[in-house]
Amino acid sequence: MTAPLATPKKKNPVQRTRLATLPPGARSRSALGLTRAAAEGRFELQVCADCATVQYPPREVCGHCLSEQLDWQTVDNHGELIATTTLRHSNDLYFRERLPWRVGTVKMAAGPVVVAHVHEDCAASGTVRLTLKLDRSGQAVLHALPEQDTPNMNDAAQLRESTCDPKHRRVLVTDGKSAMGIAVARAMLDAGAAAVFLGDPTPWKTVAAYDTLIEDERVQPVDLDVTDTDSVDRLAASIGGKVDLLVNTASYLRGNPGEGGILGRKDVILARDAMEVNVLGLMRLAQAFGPGMRFRAADGTNHAVAWVNILSIHALAPLPARGAWSASMAAALSAALTLRAELAGTGVRVVNIFPGPIDEEWEQLTPPPKLSPAAVAKAIIHALKDGVEDVYVGDIAEEIRARLRENHKAVERELGQ
Amino acid sequence: MSARPRLGYDGVVVNLPVTIPYARYSTHSAHWWLGRALGELIRGSGLAKRDVDGVCVSSFTLGPDTAVGLMQHLGMSPRWLDHIPMGGASGVVALRRAARAVQAGDAEVIACIAGDTNQVDSFRNTVSQFSRFAQDAVYPYGAGGPNASFALLTDYYMQHYGATREDFGKLCVAQRDNALKNPHALMKKPLTLAQYLAARSITDPIHLFDCVMPCAGAEGYLVMTEDRARALKLPFTRIRSTIERHNAFPEDPIQFRGGWAMDKDDLYAHAGTGPEEIDFLETYDDYPVINMMQFEDLGFCAKGEAATFVREHSFTLDGSFPFNTSGGQLSVGQAGAAGGYLGFVQAVRQLTGTAGATQLAKARLGMVSGFGMINYDRGLCSGAAILERGQV
Repeated sequence: MTAPLATPKKKNPVQRTRLATLPPGARSRSALGLTRAAAEGRFELQVCADCATVQYPPREVCGHCLSEQLDWQTVDNHGELIATTTLRHSNDLYFRERLPWRVGTVKMAAGPVVVAHVHEDCAASGTVRLTLKLDRSGQAVLHALPEQDTPNMNDAAQLRESTCDPKHRRVLVTDGKSAMGIAVARAMLDAGAAAVFLGDPTPWKTVAAYDTLIEDERVQPVDLDVTDTDSVDRLAASIGGKVDLLVNTASYLRGNPGEGGILGRKDVILARDAMEVNVLGLMRLAQAFGPGMRFRAADGTNHAVAWVNILSIHALAPLPARGAWSASMAAALSAALTLRAELAGTGVRVVNIFPGPIDEEWEQLTPPPKLSPAAVAKAIIHALKDGVEDVYVGDIAEEIRARLRENHKAVERELGQ
Repeated sequence: MSARPRLGYDGVVVNLPVTIPYARYSTHSAHWWLGRALGELIRGSGLAKRDVDGVCVSSFTLGPDTAVGLMQHLGMSPRWLDHIPMGGASGVVALRRAARAVQAGDAEVIACIAGDTNQVDSFRNTVSQFSRFAQDAVYPYGAGGPNASFALLTDYYMQHYGATREDFGKLCVAQRDNALKNPHALMKKPLTLAQYLAARSITDPIHLFDCVMPCAGAEGYLVMTEDRARALKLPFTRIRSTIERHNAFPEDPIQFRGGWAMDKDDLYAHAGTGPEEIDFLETYDDYPVINMMQFEDLGFCAKGEAATFVREHSFTLDGSFPFNTSGGQLSVGQAGAAGGYLGFVQAVRQLTGTAGATQLAKARLGMVSGFGMINYDRGLCSGAAILERGQV
């Protein structure tokens, strides 16, 4: 059984920081279907629409009947482990630094035979569960896991290469005074984070929950105003080398529904303020903290691992009633995707959270269902532990996401009503 | 199986086995190695360059060129040209293509050549771009080469058929013994079973001496009519039968047999002989487990009984079942695609009485088998040929 992850030792400042290497990331275009499923935590393989044969490795035409109608579908993820090996040598730099490494052959109940990373708690033969997870290259890989969860299974070294578990990691929560920031900080502490740097954008304002949180010795209050480049740079200079996980909870939502469109106002003050926090704030944080995280992407068991953006489902489909804010969310998503590409070279994952409306003061007039900040925080922890990168939280977000796939024009027309 | 009878290979022969001595690393390109092999064939045959009117090429490191570019590089103008990217099956498959072309009159003399260079990074580059399935579904799992794929099927084979490391070791030790008599072998030191067993693990259950050493080198032979061979006074080898198969048994969850198992009856029937008549066997031996499968699938013993078969024979040049008489890739080295020619060229040596210190006392009928291309989880190409000493 997996031994619980030991508390990382204090970093030896004399030792050179090991730079990040990546597992092989090249894939055919068909194989990126696996990456699409893994990014959202689904288990999908191609299934032939004509003869129902499940395909693996991904193909252009069915290996059985040669039909070109191959659809990505959720399939039974169970199989029999029929052979295993432990690599004690590899020509690949990434694996060379992580040996020994266990892989195996799994005969899936759904048909195909797959080569997968094999969890240390899997017996040498027998039934396993397959999951699709992103590895440090950002591409999907198959992990064979024990049929039932085992204690500490997320602590296994191979599995941790596909996840971003907060355990023993130090987390910067950029706005710790918002309801969301407080919920995220609490969830991180519950998930085993070693430290939380809790950003305070408004030292002049008293928030009782913030004051309670900072009594915890693991929580360190820090001044941070994402609209102020000096403030961001000062903090990065102070703690930039210790941030393993960054959750950007700084968010700007003002006005009531209907006042925030474009024609409803005669100025762009609201739009500019939203952009200042939601877009430029993200860019300032990225420029200040990104380089440090990139440098520490393989620095011990608590290396820098993920950057979390809390966006909105309306980054994908604007809510005209909050048009200026929706535009800032779309811009923030675009910036986040650029950041994802820029951090990909070191394996630091950008996780984008797309919630529906959140139950907070500026959504007072929005009808339910509304998500509690705690529910969003829980979804973030799950995403990090499971190793996914795109998370749609709550019924509204999931519905809009599903309908965007079905008919994005319908979503456009109906949200406008 | 086809109901139509297959034509024999009457009047077509193989001769002039050529090996360009291997080197662990080479600063030359594949063109150099292939060019030298062709040069040896032309000089050795006494033919003019223009008389070699067919060429068949196999190489992994010739890129960006193909056989076509190589022809301009070497100043050849053949009227028949083939490029066979079938790795370890290339030697047998090249023979099948060339023999039929000569038989049909599409070419008179065909030079079959295989060669690769091995620069310090060649092996890593070759395996990282080996195939689409490997790129998508094997390379991301850390193997960086065929070791892991073979480790998995060796693990399965050992579990199911009770073969042990000692059995694999016996084959490796016997091959090394043979290699010590082959001046071309890169491995010059004897190997004991104790050394084999004590070697470090590479990818369980594959240990150091189960792996071939990548190197540079080239191999070649000529295919021509028997009349031409007699006119040139070149000792020759007849072709009794050949088979090839690709992607055999796709329904097997893991490879425990190769395409030979589908075609061996045809192979023997076409040759009018049986395994008991074969004087020696040259297999494709990138890992010892594949030798075991070839013993079984080519009918030298029943499925699952190769371990017992190994315990009953010695596999050395003077032993009860002469096998991989050059030392095989495990002891000679794996010169890329030339590895797929090594056994073939050695068999032609045995059957033309030119095998030097490795020459067997009795070598009338020999079998060569080939195996190649771990595209995803298994080797896809298999082939075999039964060759017979010709009378000059």
